[in-house]
Amino acid sequence: MLYSDKVMDHFANPRNVGEIPDADGVGEVGNAKCGDIMKMYLKIEDGIIKDVKFKTFGCGAAIATSSIATEMIKGKPIEEALKLTNKAVIEALDGLPPAKIHCSVLAEQAIKAAFADYYTKKGIDPTPFVGTVACDGDCHACGAH
Amino acid sequence: MGRFVYADNAATTNVSKSVFESMVPYLTTHYGNPSSIYSVGRDAKKAIEVARQKVAAAIGAQPTEIYFTGCGTESDNWAIKSTAELLKQKGKNQIITTNFEHHAVLHTCEHLKKHGFEIIYLPVDSEGYVSAEQVKNAITDKTALVTIMYANNEIGTIQPIREIGAVCREAGVLFHTDAVQAVGHVDIDVAADNIDMLSLSGHKIHAPKGIGALYVRKGVRLINFIDGGAQERNRRGGTENVASIVGLGTAIEEATKDIEARMAPIREKRDRIIDTILATVPKCRLNGGRDKRLAGNVNISFEAVEGEALLLRLDMMGICGSSGSACTSGSLDPSHVLMAIGLPHEIAHGSLRLSINEDTTDEDVDYILECVPKVIITLRAMSPIWNG
Repeated sequence: MLYSDKVMDHFANPRNVGEIPDADGVGEVGNAKCGDIMKMYLKIEDGIIKDVKFKTFGCGAAIATSSIATEMIKGKPIEEALKLTNKAVIEALDGLPPAKIHCSVLAEQAIKAAFADYYTKKGIDPTPFVGTVACDGDCHACGAH
Repeated sequence: MGRFVYADNAATTNVSKSVFESMVPYLTTHYGNPSSIYSVGRDAKKAIEVARQKVAAAIGAQPTEIYFTGCGTESDNWAIKSTAELLKQKGKNQIITTNFEHHAVLHTCEHLKKHGFEIIYLPVDSEGYVSAEQVKNAITDKTALVTIMYANNEIGTIQPIREIGAVCREAGVLFHTDAVQAVGHVDIDVAADNIDMLSLSGHKIHAPKGIGALYVRKGVRLINFIDGGAQERNRRGGTENVASIVGLGTAIEEATKDIEARMAPIREKRDRIIDTILATVPKCRLNGGRDKRLAGNVNISFEAVEGEALLLRLDMMGICGSSGSACTSGSLDPSHVLMAIGLPHEIAHGSLRLSINEDTTDEDVDYILECVPKVIITLRAMSPIWNG
């Protein structure tokens, strides 16, 4: 498995690891059976992502994509953060091996899941903002799909 | 980064100095084609036959029963496909194996399944063993071949080969064993073990990559693997890899000398690694039985940690190991071996295999024991499923 220097940097020195106890939104995607779980915590003030933290169980790419995704949305307005795509995550990491593309999808979905939680807590239907958050189902290891 | 600890000897080994030195003349001065009649050719031919004697002696076979191949995988393919083809003509279309063989055997069996063979996968128990009784009960008059590995490559469990061989011999069924991990670690005697065919590989025992051998008991028929030359008694054409064959001869002679005396200190180091990790790291388990286990094999699963991340972190500290996680297997499923012994997916993803050998020092072990728990703590601290 050949990773870019950027992936290795984010894997070796992950940014924003941890939890936010009074988070405004928490999202978790993936499952242990598939070998990766990402959990994102958001602190939002005045429509701005004041803080973001993550916890990830997974491979090098799963940790690196979580780490860089938190960097890419921290300090940004919600609307902008919601536009984060897995493609942008891959580009920011100078590429990912083909077998690891799903990790970038998980990172995008984890953030969307956290926003969905944020809207739901406010009593707002999240669907118009974040769409449906689900595993892309490309992993046959998990019987859930 | 200071220390470098290579603990992946089940993947491959370095070429030892003596092996390397024995090979050099056959790359430089004695470079003749073994099929040529002049002296540099004859020298090469003689060297091949000396190596063949050494390989034969190492496993209790006759030199005429040894064929040099390109690797252990080739030996497996040859033995299984040849036997299947020959016995299909006699109406035998069943192959008995286990569900935790190396892919060299499993994928070969899958290939034969597409050609009308029924493959019986005997389940191994939770410790990673299959019994002769299971084999006995599975054999029918349709059985063409029993193929069961001598020792497992991931969890190091050594199978009751002698008993399985006896059951096969009694039933008149051919028995092949993939002994790639066992040669040089376990005393092997093909006659006493009732083995009809045995695959072995050079690079696991300090010979170079790209050389293997297949033992085929006298009287067992074998189809030519490569047509086109008189090499290997017409069975495998193509100019011989002389230097590597010589290297394999040197390597196997050294690897099978005083096995128990050489294994004892390795086993002690292995046990120190296992005992210390199990005692100091919470929520982990040893995969595979402890007693009949390769002396250098450690395989431990850590809950809430993923194997590839674990390997990358260890690599950053200079330690080379391997894992049965999906991410390192190149597929989406974790290791079939760990699934075969009944591990749930989520535990199988967090496995670490360390395979040490005679070059592993006490200081290396200290370093492994210093680094592994640290890495586990680091990864668990960022794992959302760790609540220890």
